[in-house]
Amino acid sequence: MSVLVDDDTRVIVQGITGGEGNFHAEQMIEYGTNVVAGAVPGKGGQEVHGVPVYDTVDRAAREEDADASVVFVPPAFAADAVFEALDTPLDLVVAITEGIPTQDMSKVYKRLGEVDTRLIGPNCPGIITPGEAKLGILPGNIFESGDVGLVSRSGTLTYQVVDNLTSRGIGQTTAIGIGGDPIIGTDFIDALELFEADPDTEAVVMCGEIGGEDEEEAARYIAEHMDTPVAGFIAGRTAPPGKRMGHAGAIVSGSGTGTAESKIEALNDAGVPVGDTPDEVAEYVEDFL
Amino acid sequence: MKLHEYQAKQVFADAGIPTPESTLASSVDEVVEAAEEIGYPVAVKAQVHVGGRGKAGGIKLADDRAEAEQAAEDILGMDLKGYTVEKVLVEEAVDFVNELYVGVTMDRGEGKPVAMVSTKGGVDIEEVAEEDPDAIAREHVDPAFGMHPYQARKAVYDAGVDREVASDVASILTTLFQLWDDSDASEIEINPVMITSEGDVVAADAVMNVDDDALFRQPDLAEMEEEAAEDDLEAKANEYGFDYVRLDGNTGIIGNGAGLVMTTLDLVDHYGGSPANFLDIGGGAKAERVANALDMVFSDENVDAVVFNIFGGITRGDEVAQGINDALEQFDEIPKRVVVRLAGTNAEEGREILNDDLVTVEETLEDAVQRAVEYADAEVEQ
Repeated sequence: MSVLVDDDTRVIVQGITGGEGNFHAEQMIEYGTNVVAGAVPGKGGQEVHGVPVYDTVDRAAREEDADASVVFVPPAFAADAVFEALDTPLDLVVAITEGIPTQDMSKVYKRLGEVDTRLIGPNCPGIITPGEAKLGILPGNIFESGDVGLVSRSGTLTYQVVDNLTSRGIGQTTAIGIGGDPIIGTDFIDALELFEADPDTEAVVMCGEIGGEDEEEAARYIAEHMDTPVAGFIAGRTAPPGKRMGHAGAIVSGSGTGTAESKIEALNDAGVPVGDTPDEVAEYVEDFL
Repeated sequence: MKLHEYQAKQVFADAGIPTPESTLASSVDEVVEAAEEIGYPVAVKAQVHVGGRGKAGGIKLADDRAEAEQAAEDILGMDLKGYTVEKVLVEEAVDFVNELYVGVTMDRGEGKPVAMVSTKGGVDIEEVAEEDPDAIAREHVDPAFGMHPYQARKAVYDAGVDREVASDVASILTTLFQLWDDSDASEIEINPVMITSEGDVVAADAVMNVDDDALFRQPDLAEMEEEAAEDDLEAKANEYGFDYVRLDGNTGIIGNGAGLVMTTLDLVDHYGGSPANFLDIGGGAKAERVANALDMVFSDENVDAVVFNIFGGITRGDEVAQGINDALEQFDEIPKRVVVRLAGTNAEEGREILNDDLVTVEETLEDAVQRAVEYADAEVEQ
């Protein structure tokens, strides 16, 4: 079992003729993802990796009965691409693009509140249900099918934690990279809700980082609404205030909000053990199972 | 990207916000000349990205030529929380009766901009927010519509701004929001807006931070970036296209992916070391990129040892290993010891390729970090 995506999910790749989109579409198809169409303005009628390309997302969705899309469109045009997918409408949109201006995302976020579509990202590695489907750039080979749900703001940190889990023989139901930007679609609470409702997810790993207050809010949600045990990790304990640590969203404000300490304390208060190292997180999960 | 006060003031003035007369100066003579031109009293203000400049001695008032000279000598070249002051703004000192705060920022939780006004200006607004949150009037703005005129009025009246200046302050807030919107700002504020005894409103300070991800469509602001960069290494990082933050420890860190690099920093600290920097080389690791990353970290004189941590997702470990070999072979002598940890796709092949004469190879993240910290400590002891 899984959340959000499985081998029935019919996927459009927006930007399939670009370098990134082309490469990752092939990787997704190889992994077994049901990629049914590409969408690129002006490229309708072409075929990429055996998949038909359409000029618009709307046409791609209607012709191929698609229900999800992955966006590999450059930052300057990405918000427009997400609007197009939201207005189609589809059930799920995964925006991989890094570097979308925050003010563009603010407008996307408003639109999200008016439609039923779920957005994951942007600036995220995507979502994977091991052995069934991946929408995004996650390296399929490190994941194993199993009982643990994973939600993370960071890409390679996710791979690190998955590696620690897999090397202890612990597989995953679904892993969701929610992205490192200040404004994102699916947040921790949305993902935790999905895992709590999934009968096959026996434990959850949540990887947060400095910046914003999403982890604190997630901690409150866990305390009040979750029976499934959660283990946590927070990156950025040594980050100085006022400096953007790579991710646009990973910044401790001048007044000290968004610190690792505050997030770790909130999680601990909610009964969530937080590992000092990624392997310690895997150890906690092992104890849960 | 953070603009300096003098840059932000220019942007504000161009948009029609009243600012005091001012001149940028970088020598004592220039300061005196500017002060004479403007007329006393003047404020001499350090142009560095440091909060609390005044308290730290970075802002001084001068009533005459001798005081201006003294202020310039004191401030130019001084070390302000780790930054050397190279430029000062010489500014007409405003005789004020009241100070306000006016600003616009992005509320991450709400996903929309918020405009703020407070009569508690002139002090750290984040402190006000913590101690007396009701003293700040807030208006969330619909990003699709922009700020309605009534919202600017409402914020000003809710904050309790004097009626005589309310419409001038509302007009400043409206202009600030427009600037925020037009220039892809992430944060924009005037603290304080000074109210003079004649009832004039003047922007006595100016903060403007611009979204780095939007600089591609803000060419005029992007041009200011070079002038705004303060650290040679940070300027170099811009050139190479790395996400880089300089810290004050002695273990250099290179990795891929923001979360994993932050985690590597945290582990250096966890194992008793002290991180010298954050450096994310991003996806791929061609020899040139690896060489540039090593060049950055090697040119930081504080660095005593380096940990190179790559989790290959789509990037293959063997390619990374080849990149590291190629990059290090270009050095006659490798200046600092380098510990490499490769994981993920083709990591094993990568470890075989790595040249043991050039680097120390460790299999796990924990081992690699501990080894690098050990090397760094050994350098310190020598």
